[in-house]
Amino acid sequence: MISTKEVKFQYPKGELFHMPDLYCTAGNTILITGNSGRGKTTYLHILAGLLRPKSGSIEIDSTNIATLSERKNDSFRGKNIGVVFQKPYFIASLNILENLEMTSWLVTGKKNSATANKLLSQLGLTEHASKLPSQLSVGQQQRVSIARALINEPKVLLADEPTSSLDDKNTETVIELLTSLSKEYKAALIIVTHDGRIKEKFHNQITMI
Amino acid sequence: MIAKLAWRNIWFKPLNTILSVILLMASVAIITVLILLEKQFEEKFNSNIEGVDLVMGAQGSPLQLILSSVYQVDAPTGNISYDSAKVWMKNPFVEKAIPLAFGDNYRGYKILGTTHDYLEKYGAKISEGKLFEHNFEVVIGSDIAQKLNIKIGDTFFGSHGDAAEGEVHENQAYSVVGIVSKTGKVIDNLILCNIPSVWQMHAGHEGHEDETHAENPPHGEEGHVHHDDEDEHQHVNNENPAHGEEGHVHDEHENDLTIDEPGMEITAVLLKFRNKMGIVTWPRIIAQNTKMQVASPAIEVNRLFKLFGIGIDALRYLAYGIMLISGISIFIALFNTLKERKFEFALLRVSGAGRFKLLMLVMIESLLLCVVGFLFGTILGRFALMLLSNSAEDDFKMSFNPYEFIWDKEGILFLLTIFVGVIAALIPAIKAYNLNISKTLANG
Repeated sequence: MISTKEVKFQYPKGELFHMPDLYCTAGNTILITGNSGRGKTTYLHILAGLLRPKSGSIEIDSTNIATLSERKNDSFRGKNIGVVFQKPYFIASLNILENLEMTSWLVTGKKNSATANKLLSQLGLTEHASKLPSQLSVGQQQRVSIARALINEPKVLLADEPTSSLDDKNTETVIELLTSLSKEYKAALIIVTHDGRIKEKFHNQITMI
Repeated sequence: MIAKLAWRNIWFKPLNTILSVILLMASVAIITVLILLEKQFEEKFNSNIEGVDLVMGAQGSPLQLILSSVYQVDAPTGNISYDSAKVWMKNPFVEKAIPLAFGDNYRGYKILGTTHDYLEKYGAKISEGKLFEHNFEVVIGSDIAQKLNIKIGDTFFGSHGDAAEGEVHENQAYSVVGIVSKTGKVIDNLILCNIPSVWQMHAGHEGHEDETHAENPPHGEEGHVHHDDEDEHQHVNNENPAHGEEGHVHDEHENDLTIDEPGMEITAVLLKFRNKMGIVTWPRIIAQNTKMQVASPAIEVNRLFKLFGIGIDALRYLAYGIMLISGISIFIALFNTLKERKFEFALLRVSGAGRFKLLMLVMIESLLLCVVGFLFGTILGRFALMLLSNSAEDDFKMSFNPYEFIWDKEGILFLLTIFVGVIAALIPAIKAYNLNISKTLANG
């Protein structure tokens, strides 16, 4: 569960952003839409604890991450927040399975290979487990990103333009996987997008103007 | 896991890594060889001059005299008259005088005529058999015994001079009566006999050569020609020439030469003094009063080390130079990949890694390179020393031990390598530490 109240943010010498309040429970989805430059990605970074708001609170399971120290923030994020980025980023020198294991290790200190393999099979990537990320197609890479975001069974799953570099078919698959898996793993899903193809699929939308 | 990631990362760009490792390896190898060589060389040189204050020998290069008579590596400067040497050997200043007579070699190993004091000076014990007593009895150094597989009771013929290809003295065989325990000094590679053996080996033929050959090549490096066969033996024996330089013929033990033979020559005398006065004054006294010289091993060896020192220093600076370059190479490799890896770093941060973990990641990558370079360098250095030792063994009968570890100096070298790694990684690591993840991800 995630909820925000009166979050304000300002880049050094930049304009002041008033972020809309949001409330999303486990297994549900909120879509944040709006044109470029309205601070969608900034908002997502604030929700992920990557940026610190000027004021306001972001509560994830009754922890206000706006007040956490940077170190606690890092470990809280690793444990409770999964992020899928616009572009799929990986550790280039590790194979797919190891990328997932690394993500798990950073939080739990364990490789958690069982969950990693389960996620890969749910995402139809089992046969790619020992490939390097660069050997996969963009659609496959984005699916691996979802697996990585979910491996620590986070409370919140954040997706930043997850479909912008995908074709229609892959877009559908990715959105389908995001929603079904966030339900299965009981995560609140927040998608930031300006992709018209997925807007109609969700009822809960916040538009940033 | 971070270490594993670092390990994977360094081999993900193998060319960069190999370049850095090779550079480090080269510098570490050179320095390792220098460390080992310098120490073992000095040890070998110093252990051999223990108990030798001065060396008396024929005039010539003092360094050559020391090298030939103490270390058995150079040709001797020439011969000296044993009669005139004896006068000085009996001087009250002298505590111990060990005469040396170089004669032949067996398969490249020198046969040295001397007294039992020589073994005592090197602290050498007879491990098998007994000491030489009669003429043509020899005791052999432990290395020779091992390498040539010689046992007590074996006999062999010597070749003249110090070249293994020299003329073989087939008239008289040496018989092995003892094997010397290992000392780690030159004696391990020497065959020792008494001095009359050397005289006798070379005496016989000179007599008859006057008759059979118009040209009699002088004693020397290359070896002169010996033609002793039974006929000539007989012939010379009938003539019964006078004892002495000009030839004397031995009939097994009946006619053996003794150490008291007049008019004979030896090669050098190792001198140990009762008091320091002798050491200081003798070089001058001997030079003024005789045709001989005395040289101080300590001074000559010092001179030698100084000569080597310049070369060693030059090599050492070269090695440090290469190490510096390898540091720069590591720095450039890390710095260059920083740009493409910043998303990776951002990702790690998003996945819950703190700033410090990123710093450690970069540091560990650099340190892994250094450790790998150091390990290969130490191995390569020892391999090089082994090759060096083999060729030194062939040329100088001097071997080095590549398996010795000089913990303090090599430890310092290791720390230095680590230090290079830390310095090289410092800036990239701090950059990774200070990475602004939000900005990196938003602009990606």
